[in-house]
Amino acid sequence: MNLAEGVQLVSLGLLSLTTLAAAIGVVLIANVVYSAFLLGGTFISIAGIYLLLNGDFVATAQVLIYVGAVNVLILFAIMLVNKQQNFAPVPRSWVRKASTAVVCLGLFALLSTMVIATPWSLSAESASAKGAIVEIGKHFFSDFLLPFELASILLLMALVGAVILARREFLPDESAEELDSVLTLPERPRELAASAARSDVGR
Amino acid sequence: MQLQYFLILAAALFCIGIYGLINSRNAVRVLMSVELMLNAVNLNLMAFSSYLDSLTVKGQVFTVFVIAIAAAEAAVGLAIVLAIYRNRDTVDMEQFNLLKW
Repeated sequence: MNLAEGVQLVSLGLLSLTTLAAAIGVVLIANVVYSAFLLGGTFISIAGIYLLLNGDFVATAQVLIYVGAVNVLILFAIMLVNKQQNFAPVPRSWVRKASTAVVCLGLFALLSTMVIATPWSLSAESASAKGAIVEIGKHFFSDFLLPFELASILLLMALVGAVILARREFLPDESAEELDSVLTLPERPRELAASAARSDVGR
Repeated sequence: MQLQYFLILAAALFCIGIYGLINSRNAVRVLMSVELMLNAVNLNLMAFSSYLDSLTVKGQVFTVFVIAIAAAEAAVGLAIVLAIYRNRDTVDMEQFNLLKW
């Protein structure tokens, strides 16, 4: 970044403040829709921090993928499962909350002391003049070619798997007959689904 | 500007993610906490790539891979949440005990 030191420090402070505040809001706010929007705020703040770390391509990918895809997907899932229900209180749930808070604070203290106590061997060279995006492209098509192709295969598998998992189990009654002639994905037969539901109830 | 600031910020984000992962009742919020933890790891990778390896930015390559895997994980996870909501008619994590014993 070609910014002055003080400007970088102030923007890092503001961005980390918004990141941490939005992350705490994601975890603690009762309404899950507000949590989803605050999650988008966290992602955008982290993209700003990536810009401070000379990662312009990764900041763009963060905004495109996390805010544009993952956050929208989470909002759609919230809308699809939006059932107003008050969860039944679990006895002695404060034990779990308190112990988790203790473990998290202990882990944070451990990591902080490790970070401060370690003598990091900082590299002396400044960032590459061509920018990071040229270097990332070279890595993708030379020494990280196999993971790059495997990632594409994994994305295809996740796409097919998500479609199969989220598909409805059987067709509704009124449209079952005329849909038989149309090219459709093979659905689970109704008898199987009904017997599975019955055995589920019986259990 | 020091490396330590970024690492401490990432550690705080990771701990908030762990707290939300364990204490959330809503299944969608659990997935959001997992995304928070993945972002903390990405922040660590970016900080190391910028401060320790600024010529060959391998940390940024790994960050892009983690972002791709996280997108796949979010898609499959939300599909599982939808399927289990259709099966159980709830998103309460306390009632998802069908693999417990």
